[in-house]
Amino acid sequence: MSPTFRGTARQYWVAVRAMVVLTVVLGIAYPLAMTGIGQLTMPVRASGSLIQEHGTTVGSSLIGQSFTDAKGVPLAQWFQSRPSAAGDGYDANASSASNLGPNNPALTKAIDARKAQIEKLDGADASSIPPDAVTASGSGLDPHISPEYALLQVPAVAEARGLAASKVETLVKSMIQGRDLGYLGEPTVNVLRLNLALSELDPGGDSGRK
Amino acid sequence: MEFWLFLAQLATVALLLAICHRPLGDYLAITFTSRRDLRVERGIYRIIGVDSKSEQSWQVYLRSVLAFSIVGVLIVYLLQRLQAWLPYSLGLPAVPQGLSFNTAISFVTNTNWQSYSPEATVGYTVQMAALTVQNFVSAAVGLAVAIALVRGFAAHRSGTIGNFWVDLMRGTLRVLLPLSVIFTLVLIAGGVIENLNAVHAVHTIAGATQNIPGGPVASQEAIKLIGNNGGGFFNANSAHPFENPTAWTNLVEVFLMLLVPFSLPRAFGRIVGDRRQGYAILAAMAVIFVVSLSLMTWAESAGGGAATQAAGGAMEGKEQRFGILGTTLFGTTSTLTSTGAVNAAHDSLTPLGGMMAMLNMMTGEVAPGGIGAGLYGILVMAVVAVFLAGLMVGRTPEYLRKHIGAREVKLASLYFLTTPTLILAGTALSFGVPGVVQSVEKTTIFNPGQHGFSEILYAFTSAGNNNGSAFGGISANTPWMNAALGCVMFLARFVPIVFVIALAGSLAAQEKSPVTTGTLPTHRPMFVGLLVGTILIITALTYFPVLALGPLAEGLH
Repeated sequence: MSPTFRGTARQYWVAVRAMVVLTVVLGIAYPLAMTGIGQLTMPVRASGSLIQEHGTTVGSSLIGQSFTDAKGVPLAQWFQSRPSAAGDGYDANASSASNLGPNNPALTKAIDARKAQIEKLDGADASSIPPDAVTASGSGLDPHISPEYALLQVPAVAEARGLAASKVETLVKSMIQGRDLGYLGEPTVNVLRLNLALSELDPGGDSGRK
Repeated sequence: MEFWLFLAQLATVALLLAICHRPLGDYLAITFTSRRDLRVERGIYRIIGVDSKSEQSWQVYLRSVLAFSIVGVLIVYLLQRLQAWLPYSLGLPAVPQGLSFNTAISFVTNTNWQSYSPEATVGYTVQMAALTVQNFVSAAVGLAVAIALVRGFAAHRSGTIGNFWVDLMRGTLRVLLPLSVIFTLVLIAGGVIENLNAVHAVHTIAGATQNIPGGPVASQEAIKLIGNNGGGFFNANSAHPFENPTAWTNLVEVFLMLLVPFSLPRAFGRIVGDRRQGYAILAAMAVIFVVSLSLMTWAESAGGGAATQAAGGAMEGKEQRFGILGTTLFGTTSTLTSTGAVNAAHDSLTPLGGMMAMLNMMTGEVAPGGIGAGLYGILVMAVVAVFLAGLMVGRTPEYLRKHIGAREVKLASLYFLTTPTLILAGTALSFGVPGVVQSVEKTTIFNPGQHGFSEILYAFTSAGNNNGSAFGGISANTPWMNAALGCVMFLARFVPIVFVIALAGSLAAQEKSPVTTGTLPTHRPMFVGLLVGTILIITALTYFPVLALGPLAEGLH
């Protein structure tokens, strides 16, 4: 055996042992220790910021949901989330964007169709529909809509529930979150939280019979 | 209004880095020059059979880097293939051969390209014991190689450039691990999950069920960004609310991607004994970063593309909580470092915004670049710049009192030719080889027209610069793409490392030449301009034709 070969073989033996030690430290001890510390000190957040209603978990405040029937038709008594490309829509275990390109005719067509649907559902003018209402998010799980889109939905939601529009509008305005620290990101409305507050205001309207 | 928000956001990042880069840079310099080992390190050196006091020649250092990385590839490959038998695998089967090959190389080369959707492919044991480990050690390898090159500049007639195993352990245990522990907790505080729960169903108020995932996410997220890795725990990467829940965690994640790369010039300056040299490098990085960020932000705000205009703004593939400004800051940072994490769908960026993401990678990722790789990349370009300046004005080519001779210039040239060759060859072969071209056009490409070409160009650019981001619509889990991208990632990582370590050896062996009136000062604004110019000219000459076929054609349509 040449000395170079022996030296190389020795390096590989060192490498194997180093990988084993580092796997134990970084791949087992570190993530498990962080999980333990996270669960002890910040259990709610480390577990996914889940929301409980009447003792059952109804979702996560960080993960968006669909407010449609099984066929994907919007339920008029709820505020609607953004379009979603995650699975069949807001499948939290299949996060995905549409990945449609900025000149893809399929995307233009989808956007036009969404605009037409919102015009019909909310009676809104096409020019007043904000971009987030007609575009799918990066995760497909965006829990937020813009305040503009939330306010645009007020008349239709109020009508479906037989509530005064001003009452629903006040609720929406109270749910608007400003930019983080006043200048980071965009103002948002969390759709699940908004709909939960709406349900509290008008529990009878949740099944949409009015 | 938008302009002021843009400035305030940029100023926050700049301020955080201005505060942190000095102490961290000094700490890095001390870590890699200290003679003392920690007790835990001494224990590890005994177990792995390393004498921490013995220095390595560049050939031995290089062999150690390669041995460690090849063993890493084998282990990550095996763990994926054995997934069905591992605990906490969520019932997922073994990862297929071609995909395991691609993923193993991807994580060992610090690329973290993902031809798969993690939710449907990898369980928690592979995530932790295979992928999280490589998130640390692939970053530590980059750091070690950069430090070896810096030692080459600092040394005087030395036959050695340090000990790889010591650099690896110190980078991991003294730098990456403590930072990751701290920022895992910060991210959990922001809402990033950290648990071992299986996917569980909840019943929504609209009467449907939703499957909420779990996982040890925050501990991987921290090192994913600090180590400029970028592989997502989830398919949507940092767009996923469980990886990046708020606008402020978005800013923290941007800061983490930039933290070590922007601190390394300070460490460099300290080790070579002239801090002004570090500041010159830092200035060149910062100039390119700010210009690039402004251009991408302009492109996305202007909203090019027929579909974008139909929607009234470039929000397809973007999260409402980040908006356009939070997205372009993250996207620019991710593609100018070697991170490749995304908080939006790059495939849906406007044509010129998407081109900026590509162009960022094409600069060779030196502003500030990936962990370690950014510093050694820009130092190689500094060698080239000094040489070009020497040709132009007739000065002696010298950098940091080291003579830049034929051998050094050859190594530097080979370095910057490797990646473009691999990217352009990979792209050309994808459209040129019969059999392959059908698979690429029918299966891999997602969007029609020029944008489809851009998807393939983006993929090879990302693999060739060890970035890992993608125009994500493509189906890369095909035999050709897994094999071609796997080979490109491996060669684009380790061939340049061969040249860098050889350069380190060559510089270390030289004696330091005295400073004369003929020496070009390399700490002044003029040199910063020369360095930036060299980087931009080489990038433009190499990639302009291929950009004209894809994003430029689409953007100017």
